[in-house]
Amino acid sequence: MTTIQPDLRKKKRFERLTDAQLLTIISGTIFVVMYLIAVLSIEEFKKPQVLFDITNYYSYLIIIACALTIVMVGGGINISVGGVICLTCMVCTMFMKDSGIEDPTLLLWATFGVAIAIGAAFGAFQGALISFLEIQPFIITLGGMFLARGLTTILSGGKNVTLPDDNPFAKWMAELEIKIPELGTQRIRKGKVFINPAVLNWVTIIAIAVVVIIYLVMRFTKFGRNTYAIGGNQQSAQMLGINVKQTRFNTYLLSGVLSGLAGFVFMMFNGAGGKTGIGLRFEMDAIAASIIGGTLLSGGVGNVIGSFFGAMILGTLQKIIWFSGLQEAYWQDMANGVMLGIFIVMQSVVLGVRGKGKISLPFAKGKASLEKG
Amino acid sequence: MKKIKNSLGALTMPLVALGVLLLFNLIRCIVTGSWSFYEISIATDEKGSVLTGNLISIIDSASALVILAMGMTLVTAACGGQDISVGAVGAIAGAFFVIMMHPQKEVQMSTLTSVAWPNVILGVVVAIIAAVIFCLFNGVLVAYFKIQPMIATLILFSCGRSIAYYFLYQALGVGSIKLDDPIIFAIGKTIPGVPIPTSIFVVILVGLLMWLIFKRTNLRLYTQAVGINQKAAQLNGINPVMVKLLSFVMLGVCVAVAAIVKSTSLSTLTTKSLMDSFEMDAILAVAIGANNLGGGKFRLGGSILGAYTIQTLTTTLNAMEVSSDSMKFYKAIVIIVIMVAGSPVVRNWIVSLGNKIKMTTRAARVKEVE
Repeated sequence: MTTIQPDLRKKKRFERLTDAQLLTIISGTIFVVMYLIAVLSIEEFKKPQVLFDITNYYSYLIIIACALTIVMVGGGINISVGGVICLTCMVCTMFMKDSGIEDPTLLLWATFGVAIAIGAAFGAFQGALISFLEIQPFIITLGGMFLARGLTTILSGGKNVTLPDDNPFAKWMAELEIKIPELGTQRIRKGKVFINPAVLNWVTIIAIAVVVIIYLVMRFTKFGRNTYAIGGNQQSAQMLGINVKQTRFNTYLLSGVLSGLAGFVFMMFNGAGGKTGIGLRFEMDAIAASIIGGTLLSGGVGNVIGSFFGAMILGTLQKIIWFSGLQEAYWQDMANGVMLGIFIVMQSVVLGVRGKGKISLPFAKGKASLEKG
Repeated sequence: MKKIKNSLGALTMPLVALGVLLLFNLIRCIVTGSWSFYEISIATDEKGSVLTGNLISIIDSASALVILAMGMTLVTAACGGQDISVGAVGAIAGAFFVIMMHPQKEVQMSTLTSVAWPNVILGVVVAIIAAVIFCLFNGVLVAYFKIQPMIATLILFSCGRSIAYYFLYQALGVGSIKLDDPIIFAIGKTIPGVPIPTSIFVVILVGLLMWLIFKRTNLRLYTQAVGINQKAAQLNGINPVMVKLLSFVMLGVCVAVAAIVKSTSLSTLTTKSLMDSFEMDAILAVAIGANNLGGGKFRLGGSILGAYTIQTLTTTLNAMEVSSDSMKFYKAIVIIVIMVAGSPVVRNWIVSLGNKIKMTTRAARVKEVE
């Protein structure tokens, strides 16, 4: 008896996991395994700095993956995030250049406010059209993307705007970097030990804070639970007395605010100023990260922790391809595609084998099986 | 008569959108006093006489989008989702079209000249086969693995152009190639002696083919049944997997034809930019055509009108000398206005308003009689 009990408990625990939790665990495991293989096979990956590089550079992706996850859990889609990032970069750069505010701290916070306001405005506009006028989200957010990109071009006159070299933000960025000498590399030259510390940028802290906050919001607040409910089954949610329209509006508002924040982070980290080409295909990367992390486009299933792992998997993959010498852009695209394909098929198979999800494998029974739900 | 009225009722939204755009141009013409937008003239050069004018150019340059929108409508109706990889698959089809047309494969060149008819026909056939194979890949993911179409096609969306580049680069050593040949000119622009652009004939041909298929077979019924309720369709003896795969096969043919039309009319093929952001325009055309993006009932006529509406908008903005980048802004506003006007809430509101007016006039008339 005592020997069987642990097995039973184990099985029950496996069965008790929701689809989202299972898919999150799978993506987390794959990220860890992938990174370990990279560490063992590629010399460069032995430095901890590579991990920080990935989180620093892909901090924007982590944030917009969270934004997409919220919307997708609510049963919608938002493809305007790349456009909003582009617009935010442009407007913030122009604001910093021309606002005339001398105090750097004040200017930083004012710019931050501008970025959030742009994101919130786009989110509220799209959310209102989608939830209160019941228009298809794909088309409205496609319109939002065109709107943001067109506005960027009109505001800038089609030119790139760059910050002057002596802008206070380079200093800010340098001050706010977290240097960890223990994880850095050591070099001995002429008898002296030079320590090249590992650098963790503050954008990483922001991105991870966003993931944690959104996870807590989605898990423990009324809004989060309502979002899962309307994504899972809108009619049941309505019958339970959930305000479906208001909740859906809130998901788009929140995703808009997060894309504004992502634009701010992207601009601050890259210091690139405004360019009209920023953010092309970011929305598709974010959707890919969410899917790899176990969010289903049909709604009701998803987890921002998974999306974080999804973004990290995409980032690690790019680094691996970079270090293995395949530096043409088309190899990166192909690896992305193959990776995405493997994940999508694997999710379908896993959910099918569990027999709980909407996806089930028809091959197993030899004929097409009925879709559940 | 009732049938015509019914079908017109379903096409109200695209017809009104197109009408408003043409009316806007009419007002613009009256205000500015120049009728250049509506003028159709015959331009004659050494290659023959051609009809020119904005209206002709709208119909001509919308061709690829119209063909694509037809295929997209089918996939949308059967699967309840959209294929976002059509631009990338189009680039692959275009690459195979050029590779097969190329007379001597040993010589690297950036311009393709002196092709022969057998090679062109081979190119068209291979392009269609390639596009169908890649679309079937999407179709298998959607139909067998029951993955949402947008997610399944995200794979080819992200790597399709790289595959096209890889093939073209391996075969010809270039990523972009110019097409300069009388035969290609005849396919993409005009046949010597015929003043109407060839692409219009291609659209008519594809449209007739579609019409014949839906007239002669039960495919329309099957597709709509699968799109509305897959379970019910299966219980009635329809195989949903086959219907979905068939819709993807037809999309593949449409994508290949659209890619050939587009690359020959541009007389250049760049794998990175051929049919760039066409997937979004095609989905837009389907939506403007009052088709439900969630699957079910569909009207090919609506999507065709939607595609012409989008092209009319582009040409109008071009005629107003709006730069191509800031054009997106105005395009977005028009799209949002069209979608708001066609949204169920606004439509119900208009209907109830109409009923209220009817009631009050009737009440007034009753009072008069009394």
